[in-house]
Amino acid sequence: MVTLLQRLRRFDFSKYGALFALVVLFVLSAILSPYFLQHQNLVNILRQVSYTGIIALGMTFVIIAGGIDLSVGSMVAIVGAILVVTINWLLPVLPGELLVIILVAVLALLLGFAGGIMNGFLVTKGKIAPFIVTLGTMAIFRSLTLYFGNAGEFRSKSEMFGNFGMGNLLYIPIPVWVMLILAALMNIVLNSTRYGRYICAVGSNSRVAMFSAINIDRVRLFTYVITGVVVGVSSFLLTARFNAVSSTNVGMGFELDAIAAVIIGGTTLSGGRGTIWGTVMGAVILGIINNMLNMVGISPYLQGTVKGLVIIGAVYIQRQRA
Amino acid sequence: MNSTLVRTENIGKTFSSVPVLQNINIEIRRGEILGVIGENGAGKSTLMKILSGIYTPSSGSVLFEGKKVEIRKPIDAKRIGISIIPQEFNLINDLSVYDNIFLGSELVQKSRLLNKGLMKARTTELLKELEVTIPPEARIEGLSAAQKQMVEICKALAFDSKLLIMDEPTTMLTQYEIEVLFRLMRRLRDRGLTIVYISHKLKEVKAICDRVLILRDGELIDDRPIAEITPPQMAERMVGRALNQVFPSKNRPEDHVVLEVKNVTVPGVLSNISFQVRRGEILGFAGLVGAGRTEIAETLIGIRKASAGEIAFEGRAAEIRRMEDAVQHGLSYLSEDRQGSGVITGFTVTQNTTLVSLPRYSGAAFGLIAKKKEKESAGRYQKMFNIKTPSLDARLENLSGGNQQKVSLSKSLDTLPRILIADEPTRGIDVLAKTEIYQLIHSLAEQGIACLFISSELEEIIGMCHRVIVMKDGAITGILEGEQINEAEIMFYATGIRETRS
Repeated sequence: MVTLLQRLRRFDFSKYGALFALVVLFVLSAILSPYFLQHQNLVNILRQVSYTGIIALGMTFVIIAGGIDLSVGSMVAIVGAILVVTINWLLPVLPGELLVIILVAVLALLLGFAGGIMNGFLVTKGKIAPFIVTLGTMAIFRSLTLYFGNAGEFRSKSEMFGNFGMGNLLYIPIPVWVMLILAALMNIVLNSTRYGRYICAVGSNSRVAMFSAINIDRVRLFTYVITGVVVGVSSFLLTARFNAVSSTNVGMGFELDAIAAVIIGGTTLSGGRGTIWGTVMGAVILGIINNMLNMVGISPYLQGTVKGLVIIGAVYIQRQRA
Repeated sequence: MNSTLVRTENIGKTFSSVPVLQNINIEIRRGEILGVIGENGAGKSTLMKILSGIYTPSSGSVLFEGKKVEIRKPIDAKRIGISIIPQEFNLINDLSVYDNIFLGSELVQKSRLLNKGLMKARTTELLKELEVTIPPEARIEGLSAAQKQMVEICKALAFDSKLLIMDEPTTMLTQYEIEVLFRLMRRLRDRGLTIVYISHKLKEVKAICDRVLILRDGELIDDRPIAEITPPQMAERMVGRALNQVFPSKNRPEDHVVLEVKNVTVPGVLSNISFQVRRGEILGFAGLVGAGRTEIAETLIGIRKASAGEIAFEGRAAEIRRMEDAVQHGLSYLSEDRQGSGVITGFTVTQNTTLVSLPRYSGAAFGLIAKKKEKESAGRYQKMFNIKTPSLDARLENLSGGNQQKVSLSKSLDTLPRILIADEPTRGIDVLAKTEIYQLIHSLAEQGIACLFISSELEEIIGMCHRVIVMKDGAITGILEGEQINEAEIMFYATGIRETRS
């Protein structure tokens, strides 16, 4: 008994905690609801999770390097709005609808890149705390979207775009594929490249990093740029899904979901350490909780309470280890 | 005619079974200025921290006005009338002068609200007594070092101190400010205050003190009226000790100059620094804390910006804007602050070893790291330096200080430097590890690496270095060679008794 307790105590929650929680939650949900294991339900969970999950991948880098990005949700909205306006403008001008969509996809990446550069520069060159910078850009992005959309909806005229957003590949929704491929790539970057090592060094002890000839400003800047780009990706996919952008709703609370996924996945908010697959699992855990609460008929208004408890609980368990 | 204020009886202090103070019997007399001198680590600060309640003694007792007292916390010391002004000021920058003076002992009204009026009035009174013109409402942030010193003194006097301990009070002051401070100290003494004055600056000790205590290796070795001793004699008494044979015999440096520094000035920090270092040479940097030795290192690696002068590698002038540039030129820095800027304790042995040299293992920033090659390197250093670690994947937090230092050294060497700056490379590690570090640095010199060896331990400077640069107040006061390298000579230059501007 003592040895079991000791083992439990030695169990590395920051590494396997999320996986453990995911398995427990999965089994529990399967028992509680007969519908849970149905193919369509599982696919739905993954699809819902993927949009914030993609953003959470970038957020993982930002948080490991010791920063935070609150602007991601608003950035999804403003990028999406610009995409829709561009589609409607290009459709009558250009010959092929596919060409328009490809151009818009590139535009999404560029816009995300630009947003990330903006955040990154303000944090590194402007020497303003990341929380403040991204709190500011969060307000700015949202407000501009509301203003140009008159607080209404940007509706795309491209049918093909909407079809793409609903599309599947081998029975799995396209955004889920995108999330998994990006996760695999970013996992390699984090664990096996110089840049990944530098992110951890900067977040762990930026002074040591500076004395180790690491350009800490550039490392930090890049985490925001990467996040901006994945926000662009997410925004493109999400806009396609509804073939429209609601200036009031789209991206609302994404920043919190993304941060929550990162934290539940075992990355410490103080930086220095974290995993990409942990973040993916964190995102899926949040998705399953929402799904299960719906299935067992708990008011959607209470979902936030459960989410909050899970976040606090996850960090509490990690603290006990430290 | 002088009555005794404080007497210590057989005070001893050990830190993790290492004795730092042994059988100290001293007497502090009412109304005197008592100098306490000794090398770094001689035990001056420890003794004063015992008197002011920061440490409790491991043995012995303290008598205050003839009565045995237990000083367990700083507040106990304050209550009986002992105040200390530490080297690093203990003031809160965002608060006003009067807030600081009454911090922790605020005066309150009947309503329990702060009685700001009374505190301000009391502060004005104190400042007037000291003949200092600082407004009581001024925030500490905007004050000069000398003014902060005055606020510290006010803080001590506000509570009727009988004994005032000043630890290196003049390091941050200009010559004029020092004179003002000395005048004030004399006035306070003549009013009956007792002052203990700790300093490395022997000329100042001679000028201001009535009596001097000399500590060496945790023991009191001299106690005499100031009239009976000269600053050179003080220096000799401070360091008079046989050297231990722990140092390797010195190699012969080559003639080829790898680094030349010409007239480098960093405003307010370094003035007109010039020196050369050759292949295979170990060039020592001696001086007191704050003399500017680490600042030279920081300038060479681009963390401080020189306003004038030139740094030339292999005869070619180079511009060093950031650490990467220095590494490019073959310079490597072993930091004095191991955990603050040397190693990442959450990283593994391997990850720390290759932190600076990582480009060699990965090519582009997003290229894959050759992890096998990386581990082989770490393994090589582990064998070479005899690093004791459970594995190469163990996090540094699980290693002892000496082994962490060896990893830090591995990290500095894995960039394959031509010049190594070792800043206090043996600080805080045990004797055995120290000897190993000496051997390592010696063998690097034999391989032709030039080494800038910064140390506050004269013994190792003397034992290791081919030439020694002595610094004081951000300038080079002397460059010693051969027979000249001895403790007394270094002390003369470090304390400013002797000076040959190069």
